[in-house]
Amino acid sequence: MPSKYMIHTKTVPNRFKTVSKSGIIAWEEGCLKCAVCVKKMCVYDVYDKRGLDSRHMIESIDNLCMNCYRCVQNCPKELIHKSLNPEFNAMGDSHWSPSIIVRLWSQSQTGKIPVSGAGYPGPFSGPGFDSMWTDMSEIVRPTRDGIHGREYISTAVDLGKTPEHLMFNGSDTLEGNAPSIIDIPLPIILKVPSFGTISANTIKGWAMGARHLGTLIALPIEKVNYALEDMGECLMPLVLSKGTAPGNIPENAKIIEIPWTEGCQGIVEDIKGYFPNLFVSIRIPMAEGMEEKALSLARGGVSIIHLEGNSMSRFMDDTTRNLKDGIRSVHMKLIEENIRDGITLLASGGLAMAEHVAKAIICGADTVFVDFPILIALECRMCRRCIKGLPCPVEIDTASPQWVASRVVNLIGAWHNQLLEVMGAMGIRDARRLRGEVGRAMFFEDMDRTTFESMGKIEEGCKLE
Amino acid sequence: MSNPNVFKFPEAVRTRSRFRNPIGKFRVTRAGDCIACGKCVEICPQGVHVERRGHVFVENNYLCLGTDCPEACYKACPVYAISVRRNPVFDTLGDFRWTNELLASTWYMAEFGERPPAGLEYKVGNSGGGFDRLRLIFRKHDRSGLEDIPDDDIDVSLELNRRDDNAHRIKIEVPVYGGGMSYGSVSVTTMVSRTRAASALGTFSCTGEGGYPDELKPYDDHMITQVATGLFGVKEETIQRVRIVEFKYAQGAKPGLGGHLLGDKVTPGVARMREAVVGYPLFSPFPFHSVYSVEDHKKHVDWIKSVNPRALVSVKVSTPTDVDMVAVGSYYAGAHIIHLDGSYGGTGAAPDIAKKNIAMPIEYAVPKVHRFLQEEGVRDKMTLIASGGIRTPHDVAKIIALGADGACTGTADLVALECVRCQNCESGRGCARGIATTDPELAELINVDWGTQRIINMYLAWRRELIRILKKLGMKSIKELVGRTDCMVHLDYLKHQV
Repeated sequence: MPSKYMIHTKTVPNRFKTVSKSGIIAWEEGCLKCAVCVKKMCVYDVYDKRGLDSRHMIESIDNLCMNCYRCVQNCPKELIHKSLNPEFNAMGDSHWSPSIIVRLWSQSQTGKIPVSGAGYPGPFSGPGFDSMWTDMSEIVRPTRDGIHGREYISTAVDLGKTPEHLMFNGSDTLEGNAPSIIDIPLPIILKVPSFGTISANTIKGWAMGARHLGTLIALPIEKVNYALEDMGECLMPLVLSKGTAPGNIPENAKIIEIPWTEGCQGIVEDIKGYFPNLFVSIRIPMAEGMEEKALSLARGGVSIIHLEGNSMSRFMDDTTRNLKDGIRSVHMKLIEENIRDGITLLASGGLAMAEHVAKAIICGADTVFVDFPILIALECRMCRRCIKGLPCPVEIDTASPQWVASRVVNLIGAWHNQLLEVMGAMGIRDARRLRGEVGRAMFFEDMDRTTFESMGKIEEGCKLE
Repeated sequence: MSNPNVFKFPEAVRTRSRFRNPIGKFRVTRAGDCIACGKCVEICPQGVHVERRGHVFVENNYLCLGTDCPEACYKACPVYAISVRRNPVFDTLGDFRWTNELLASTWYMAEFGERPPAGLEYKVGNSGGGFDRLRLIFRKHDRSGLEDIPDDDIDVSLELNRRDDNAHRIKIEVPVYGGGMSYGSVSVTTMVSRTRAASALGTFSCTGEGGYPDELKPYDDHMITQVATGLFGVKEETIQRVRIVEFKYAQGAKPGLGGHLLGDKVTPGVARMREAVVGYPLFSPFPFHSVYSVEDHKKHVDWIKSVNPRALVSVKVSTPTDVDMVAVGSYYAGAHIIHLDGSYGGTGAAPDIAKKNIAMPIEYAVPKVHRFLQEEGVRDKMTLIASGGIRTPHDVAKIIALGADGACTGTADLVALECVRCQNCESGRGCARGIATTDPELAELINVDWGTQRIINMYLAWRRELIRILKKLGMKSIKELVGRTDCMVHLDYLKHQV
């Protein structure tokens, strides 16, 4: 029995006040100065802890308020109000929504699974991964009680070509070479995002986090010098632009990634000539023709393929198509050609929540990249001021590597626990068995059509309520 | 037609908010120019303005209909002293499912016992799917004359035991009963309020899995006790007290996961009832480790029947892809009620990932199970109860039209007690408004008589609305609505625009 993989987390405070959804407005004019003021009766003692953050002009009370509305409803002169914070709704975009951002902040701070009461407050379904539900087991099929490790659930995955079979000689010794694969303990690879005020310390922190988690971090090959040489084992250098010759490959590196080009297979041969043990991943943009490209690479001996979507979980060339459908399409193509088991599919592009990891694997990916969440873990608001050359409101570049690493470990630790919950509910105890298990998922389009398509007829003169 | 055995519903009694400033959609302010002519007092249909000793005050701000008012005071004021505007506090309330208008509508029904006036959307939320995209179809040519018959002649009752056995014959007077809320996750005051309301309304409430508090024993005949995976508080004595026992295999809010009570809420009383340690979080494991097949499930049902031979057995399950197989398995195991709990409801602490992502919504599960039980020929022998995100009488009507016999609610009861859905039930001392708390000081924020009447009022309003719906559909009994998907339309699949 191998040792059980666990991620230990601890609270790592925010460096800045967070942006809250609503704020308290407490008028002073007309105050009756009641002997028993509603502010003194606050269950959460919010008013006692108030203070003004002069740097950001954010009233600290707004972060502490728990929205019970007792002061609003009990003040005799109705001097206390709540109102929506426009800065909250201005954060992010349609994909990186304010609620996703604040959840990522909370997980990065506490290292805990988000838990709340009062049911599910969100929309019925949404695009992409939000149009899927995962299955659970009861009575006729067992679940796995993965909470708190009562039953061990493995999230380990392999990168590279797993052998179809093993051969043993007469004395039970493995014949030939041992399988050449990369083991990572969870199906997540960190990835340096494409924007952000990222400094050398930020990348070093992310690399420290990746090493602590036992996984890899993918970063542009030009930035490899930012990290310590002894981090080589957990680095995955990315060659970003086509035609760039790979250089600066660190010692001990296990894997490198190059973009797909017409002659990329020749480049792979060149790299392997210099570095026989190095794995090479080929990055294919998620776009028209990717299935054929993947098939061609697979037949040519490439064993790791990275399907890259855009930062909104969409295709690169068609924003109406979702990442999950692209993963599924390539996965099914390789299955039809009977070569799926020899290929590792990596997927990236806007994975924003823990459930996106599980759902991407259900659709057919082996492992996923996490990029912007590890930036948001550092309190990023996705305001994109950095793209315009403006200063970062949370000064990400000034954060210490230790703080960066701790925040990333907290976030991925929370995601790992959520992955255990989803897998446990499904009764699946090994992440490798989760790959492609669409029979254990439910899709909105199919179920909605099956259930409601017949309810579209209406006669003249009817009233709908 | 007079029947000496007819059930007598309680009367609605106006039951005001506990707070001095109920939150409404609009805010009314009057300027110093007011000449106290009394015009606004005279025309306001909601009684927002009151006159006392020669002065006029705004006293019921929250009842203002604002721009939806047919007799707008701000237009009638001779000196333009009245201004009406949207209440910004109102806009901070609510979410996609329980919108601010649904919250305010439920508070209105809990106060007055009737449906809210124009301007408050009380039928659907804003989740963009499921119930919120389904609409009931009211045709003009339906059976004439039903509009004029008395409300009491429309039957909204429900028989819970449809087997031919020696278990209790139980009829509930409204097609809704209260879902499980355990001692520890809500206060005893809340539990007693719900139970007394259920008793007055001729229906049931459920203890949840936290044991059977002494305060509920006077209402044994209206209690469902629950046997869940943690077996907290499960005793033969409690099983023998009640007429319905519910096995909780899975809960919609935590499908595939067990119950979760955070350590802060494990007070000495809770720990004693659950035979646990004060301050430590409690987990109900998922699954019952004794159940890995339908045959194992049957042993459970037989166990309950040996302890209480006349009890009805309800099986509460979540909504996996093969929920239809689970339902048929429960029938052959001997259960009377199959209770499907969709993934979107719930009132206790749960991981957000589970609520949003695991198991299918109830809107898909009910038609699937209904159809499968019909094909198996056992639909008439089993009662199908649905829960998970049912918030309004229109949700009840829709889930019955999709194939359920009745519904089970939880959050709506708490909203009637003035829950604002801040989603902090699980943290610290629990609910700051006294609803879902084990803190004795906070629990005193609710008086049992007040809570009971608020819930009674809400369900009376629901019943009246269900009767109105049945009349519009030309039906005399709620049973006629079961499985009638032809009475509904889904706005996303409309063949032509209305």
